[in-house]
Amino acid sequence: MKKYTSLVYKTAREMEFGKALYPVNCGFSLTIGNGKVLPEINYTLPPMPVSMDNIEEILKQYDSIINGILKRAVVLDVPGILLEFEHLPPMTDVLEIGVKITKRTKEIMKNFHEKYDLKSGLRVTICDTRDEKRPPKMRSGEAIKRIFDSFRENALAGADLLSIESIGGKEVNDRALMEGSIPGLLFSLGVLAPRDMHFLWKEITRIAKETDVVPAGDSACGLANTAMMLADRNYIPEVLAAVVRAMSSVRSLVAFEEGAVGPSKDCAYEGPVMKAVTGYTISMEGKSAACAHLSHLGNIAAAVCDLWSNESVQNVKLLADFAPTVFTEILAYDCRIMNQSIEGGTKDLLKEIFVKSDELKNVQAFVISPEFSVEIAKTIVQEEDDFLRTRATGLKACDLIRKAVDRGDIILNKRELSWLRKIESELAKYDSEEALTSEVAPLYGELTLLEEYGI
Amino acid sequence: MAILEELKENVIDGNEGKVIEGTRRALEEGVGVEEILNKGFIPGMEVVGNKFQANEIYVPEMLISARAMKAGMRILEPLLTKAGIEPMGRVVIGTVKGDLHDIGKNLVAMMLEGAGFEVIDAGVDITAQKFMDLTKENKANVLGLSALLTTTMVEMKNVINTFKENGLREDVKIIVGGAPVNADYAKEIGADGYSSDAASAVGLAKNLLGK
Repeated sequence: MKKYTSLVYKTAREMEFGKALYPVNCGFSLTIGNGKVLPEINYTLPPMPVSMDNIEEILKQYDSIINGILKRAVVLDVPGILLEFEHLPPMTDVLEIGVKITKRTKEIMKNFHEKYDLKSGLRVTICDTRDEKRPPKMRSGEAIKRIFDSFRENALAGADLLSIESIGGKEVNDRALMEGSIPGLLFSLGVLAPRDMHFLWKEITRIAKETDVVPAGDSACGLANTAMMLADRNYIPEVLAAVVRAMSSVRSLVAFEEGAVGPSKDCAYEGPVMKAVTGYTISMEGKSAACAHLSHLGNIAAAVCDLWSNESVQNVKLLADFAPTVFTEILAYDCRIMNQSIEGGTKDLLKEIFVKSDELKNVQAFVISPEFSVEIAKTIVQEEDDFLRTRATGLKACDLIRKAVDRGDIILNKRELSWLRKIESELAKYDSEEALTSEVAPLYGELTLLEEYGI
Repeated sequence: MAILEELKENVIDGNEGKVIEGTRRALEEGVGVEEILNKGFIPGMEVVGNKFQANEIYVPEMLISARAMKAGMRILEPLLTKAGIEPMGRVVIGTVKGDLHDIGKNLVAMMLEGAGFEVIDAGVDITAQKFMDLTKENKANVLGLSALLTTTMVEMKNVINTFKENGLREDVKIIVGGAPVNADYAKEIGADGYSSDAASAVGLAKNLLGK
């Protein structure tokens, strides 16, 4: 296993959009991270059941979605496009459903490549269904077997990139977020989640190697994006969500330590930290993902991206066309601006505009800035193990936020400031994984099975 | 009565120990169980709910108050049952089949409990049959359905149809919620109501029961 002890990009200035030290080649002549930002389009079904009973209807939907996307990509002459087929739970649970959709998608992509020379790749994101039983069986249940089978069979069916939004630690993280429990969050993000990532990505990279596809990356969606959504609804403090984001970088990095090579997932807002440490490509989403959720990170998310995504959109008819087609067009124009600025020599200026336009307006945007991300990345590589890394990134995030508040750059109200102090002081109390586990694990005993994490 | 005011304040402060001690003391002083509930606990949680809706507190703070109330309720519940006092309503709540998301559903359950409802949390990935069994078994008068996916929201209609087919639809008010759901969809599938957030789910349930 790789262990990162230094950064590939040591300063925020060195990181650029559209370019990474280790580009990825995949699919039909597609290269990611080699000087151009490319659209990554994600789509989902309209309200309808998903089972083998209506598989023909489902395939018809995907036919229409993929044809619409690729036609628009040709019309707009995109330099390349990545399609993300993100499984819904039955698509992973019932192997045949996911595989049939992957196969059909790839056939259509092949046609477009042959006919129009359209460069494209297919990311298949398998659904982590291990929490269908509570407490979840992370390693020993039926679900994990189906997940690994699904990775293999979808790879054989035509996936170019393999990804997952894995949920190790989520069962504790969800509760800890609602309780505002800092020890609970440190336990889920620093103990459970990294352990699960090691287990999962060791196997995913093995499957990818055997099937000759790319093990791309993961996302802390179920952990940090849950926090982000709760903060956006005013359910939890913004500053808590921001610190959770920084802490979640450690578990996401584990995928790369176990052999993932990017691009990381679009909803992994911790992507810039991954890029700074590893030099691998990242996908990001922002303003053009407004179809899926509110974002305070609309522009800043693009600052160092290699793929630019819409997160997900339902196949519903809009005035112009079906939504996935429309969002392909939106992403294509977003990417054109970035690529034109690369060609015209104004990329640094555009990057600065992306950052400055969001950075100080919301603390959650602040923590994904390239500057902040490099600081978090430095903190990670200085620490020995995943637990200490997670704790240190939390403390570093608190410190950087507090300094920004002291400078008057970021404004936090009294409630947020009091939470910042609470997070910082509680994180500081725990410097041993064993001590934290013995104190905190019993509090979440009915939610989690420690043996399923190798504890 | 000072003791009831004290209980209300201790619920607001989330002081579990003081709520337990205060509840015991109130009972010893001869205060009625219903009075403790309706003039101590529920008004306390109402203040907390209002503060939450006004963005003055977050869920973690609200949860501390809810836990304090629950601690007091553990003392009151056997007495309420013995006295034949019914809760504000009895709610079965769960996330529909195929869907594993539960944060929103948990929040609604917490708010309903705080408002004096008895809540039976069915969990996630719940079949129509299970919803029906739990509703019958607990004599629930409200059923709350949650879904977060466009492909699972269609299951809500199946649940409602199952209740209809089994002649139970008139016995229960069915409310729905979740990111892809809206009021039009609720109407279309024959639900009695839709709530966009946890706090307004309480008002909706009360209205539907005429409370």
